[in-house]
Amino acid sequence: MNIDSIRNGVVIDHITAGRGMRLYELLGLGELDVSVALIKNAVSRKMGKKDIIKIDAALPLNIDLIGYVDPGATVNIIRDGQLVEKKELHLPEILRGVIRCKNPRCISSTEQELEQVFKLTDREKKVYRCIYCETKAN
Amino acid sequence: MSVRSLIDITDLSTAELEELLSVAQDIIDRPGDYAHLCDGKKLATLFFEPSTRTRLSFEAAMYELGGHVLSVTGTATSSAAKGESVADTAKVISCYADIIAMRHPKEGAALVAALNASIPVINAGDGGHCHPTQTLADLLTIRREKGRFTDLTVGLCGDLKFGRTVHSLINALARYEGVRFVLISPEELKVPSYVKTTLREGGIPYAQTTDLEGAMPELDILYMTRVQRERFFNEEDYLRLKDSYILTPDKLRNARADLAILHPLPRVNEISVAIDADPRACYFKQVLNGKYMRMALILKLLKEAGRL
Repeated sequence: MNIDSIRNGVVIDHITAGRGMRLYELLGLGELDVSVALIKNAVSRKMGKKDIIKIDAALPLNIDLIGYVDPGATVNIIRDGQLVEKKELHLPEILRGVIRCKNPRCISSTEQELEQVFKLTDREKKVYRCIYCETKAN
Repeated sequence: MSVRSLIDITDLSTAELEELLSVAQDIIDRPGDYAHLCDGKKLATLFFEPSTRTRLSFEAAMYELGGHVLSVTGTATSSAAKGESVADTAKVISCYADIIAMRHPKEGAALVAALNASIPVINAGDGGHCHPTQTLADLLTIRREKGRFTDLTVGLCGDLKFGRTVHSLINALARYEGVRFVLISPEELKVPSYVKTTLREGGIPYAQTTDLEGAMPELDILYMTRVQRERFFNEEDYLRLKDSYILTPDKLRNARADLAILHPLPRVNEISVAIDADPRACYFKQVLNGKYMRMALILKLLKEAGRL
């Protein structure tokens, strides 16, 4: 499958080999009624091996989530068969609704419909903490 | 948050801490000047977890400012028993009161309340997480007893893992020059790693030990804490650890003459009653200082919210 084969859609490229499936699941791509391809262990000159996800539809994706799972990945937006935008990812400062706090003492474990929010507290070590109880995300 | 609240001691800048300490000292010196500043204002004390001193301290503080108090204690008699969320409770109480002081067993509950209230929220303890007004009481006590926050060796002893007052006090004192911490606890109740990371990254010296008597001679301040039954899921662990450190006159043999012994109270048995008469025992003074600091805080937050 080539990028050219998508007319309007998204290609998540340069995914660290092995993380593609996790992204696929977290982005809920299995629930979409469009063509989605997950390519595992594709040959990469730069990375040796990489995963690639191709989505044959111009859908809004949770860029923060992709940045959290794999900040080295790139998101390519394809329109009319052309690469129109290449998004470089980074670790987002705030993560909303991506991960759950595992602290049973946290208010987020009981409060109705409380959004799970995590804050990046150490960019170097990729540490996120729950904004409510400050427990570290695993 | 539409108005300023106090959730964590780090919400206050060093200048603001100084401002609160200065107002509290002025309240001590000239109480009459403050007796009617909150006339007609209402403090709602929402305590969803057992507390005597903190709730009464807030209520006494508001009364001494001339204000009124609306009180909810325990979940059994409140709408929380019917399953009301913290967010909804905060919105409802905002319609009745001018300021909220809230204690809740869940960590982060005060932040949820502050995010939903239209009046200031003071965190009066959210589980094992933060207890900033206890820290304000601790700071005023240290200021009054030692005259400074700099160049102090501070021993923290007991439950350093779940002890929220310990974490807040470390955060507050770590801002000052020349402060060194001696962390005295059983292995199972050591300070969480994020607290140590904060100390390391700030270049603040600290030592960890299990030996209270060994650490005693170097301490300017000894902050004792209770091993809290309510923080344990397992009763056996609590029973095994609860008597880890008991301060007795004998253990103070090598302590400095100007040591200040603090404790957030309530005490169970970790400080012998025989120490109460020792001039170095400051824990009952701490209670009084807590009331003055809460008065200063209520005034500050009500002014900032435009309610005074």
